[in-house]
Amino acid sequence: MFPPIPNPSVDPAAAAPRFGEKDLIRRSASTIEPPATRLTEVAKLIDVTKCIGCKACQAACLEWNHLTEEIGINHGVYDNPMDLTENTFTLMRFTEWVNPETENLEWLIRKDGCMHCEDPGCLKACPSPGAIVQYSNGIVDFQHENCIGCGYCIKGCPFNIPRISKVDHTAYKCTLCSDRVAVGQGPACQKACPTQAIVFGTKEEMKGWADFRIKDLKSRGFENAGLYDPQGVGGTHVMYVLHHADQPSIYAGLPDNPRISPIVETWKGITKYMGMALMGVAAAAGVLHYLVAGPNKVTEEDEENAERLAGGATVPPPAGPAPLEGRRS
Amino acid sequence: MTVHDPKAPVPEPADDVQSGDAVHPGHPVTVDRYTVGARINHWITAVSLVLLALSGLALFTPKLFFLTGLFGGGQMTRILHPWIGVVLFCSFALLFVRFWRANLPKRVDAEWLAHSSDLLAGREEKMPEVGKYNAGQKFVFWSMSALILVLITSGIVMWDQYFYPFTTIEQKRIAILVHSATAIFAICVWIVHVYAAIWVKGTFSAMTRGNVTGGWAWRHHRKWLRELVHKPAKSGTGTPAE
Repeated sequence: MFPPIPNPSVDPAAAAPRFGEKDLIRRSASTIEPPATRLTEVAKLIDVTKCIGCKACQAACLEWNHLTEEIGINHGVYDNPMDLTENTFTLMRFTEWVNPETENLEWLIRKDGCMHCEDPGCLKACPSPGAIVQYSNGIVDFQHENCIGCGYCIKGCPFNIPRISKVDHTAYKCTLCSDRVAVGQGPACQKACPTQAIVFGTKEEMKGWADFRIKDLKSRGFENAGLYDPQGVGGTHVMYVLHHADQPSIYAGLPDNPRISPIVETWKGITKYMGMALMGVAAAAGVLHYLVAGPNKVTEEDEENAERLAGGATVPPPAGPAPLEGRRS
Repeated sequence: MTVHDPKAPVPEPADDVQSGDAVHPGHPVTVDRYTVGARINHWITAVSLVLLALSGLALFTPKLFFLTGLFGGGQMTRILHPWIGVVLFCSFALLFVRFWRANLPKRVDAEWLAHSSDLLAGREEKMPEVGKYNAGQKFVFWSMSALILVLITSGIVMWDQYFYPFTTIEQKRIAILVHSATAIFAICVWIVHVYAAIWVKGTFSAMTRGNVTGGWAWRHHRKWLRELVHKPAKSGTGTPAE
């Protein structure tokens, strides 16, 4: 058993947040000076092999965050609601999978939610300064007062996590209980888990604990057991222990090789720089041309030619019998 | 037809003379170029295009995010931008109906383009005579038409508030990339359009009071002027020009 995180101290000094604004390593649409020292990286380890699907984590998440999910309808499956929402930051996804080697039905239950990527696609895509921040302990958090509800984070996310609220039109997702972690507590879901399928600690501790679990699983015949800490997004601060780590996608579509979409990288990278340059060049070319070539002016001669063509320049028309019809030449 | 200018070429079927175009002899000659409807239509399009560029650039690059202040903040910018887009699209669609026929490519456009360096160097006398629009103006017209079509289509795909369920996230990613790249080209075309109006003196009055001087028409759109002089306008109202 992983040693549980002790209950909080009642000493008022213990309530002082242990990290904040000064510990930001990334801030959306802003350049910031990274802090001199990085906090110890934290991580949540979700051991899918120990999950019993009780949804205590889902309930604890709603409770801690003062959220109420809409009462839905029974779709004939265990998933409830059917997808993450602006209220459901974490969701148990149930998959019935037939192992082709053993012909056994395996019930894969994955707790879905924000992975707290080391290289967060949501933050990269966000256009609003400070709406998404990343603390040096690895937590990626949304700052609702800065969110404009554009939904770019949804496009940036490789895991399809953020959801826009229909009420306040800002984006919501798991905060990794940054408010609890700030005072030395673990996330609410971890606290509620009855089987220690969710554990929380430093990233190193979690990797060590995962190794122990994977060895145990391998000794029981799960030879592909492994840790899901995808390097395509620089690693994550929410990791899974999977019995079939060679095929993450069987766990309700967990991406095999998540990374920020190259389309998003192109949009936020070369398009931005080339675009600004192109518009700048177009404007500068205009100014330069005007300075060099001067204005294109109508001359006196042009006016005289037009008068000659149109006729009746000096004498008021009509000079003779009206031509064919009204429009005179 | 009267023959004030015997050297004038025989006018060919002039589909670029539009209803409302008329020439008024006098000193100077004035030529009606845009009806009041066309001008209002143009300025609604112009204002929405500028507002779209400002609000779009605000969300395009963090360096210009401050522009959201013009629209009442980030949330308001996010709300307004697509609606202004709808206004632009409808307004431009009307402009398209008004102007497309006069913007059809002609043989002379190739020749005009071949001489475009003469134009930029100020040797306009070497340019071929063109009708109501020259090849550059036609380029602006057709490229804007195409770009706006792409912009409204990709814009709807990324208008999450109303259209989120209809496309996949991958499609939305493509839409955003296409939308931003297309918008950059549209802004460049807009720069060309505005610069041309600034550079070619006497042009603004066409879109403000609706007319230009005869000299302007002679210098820049001589074929159109000849057509107007030699051919009664197509509109059946038959109001005598004065």
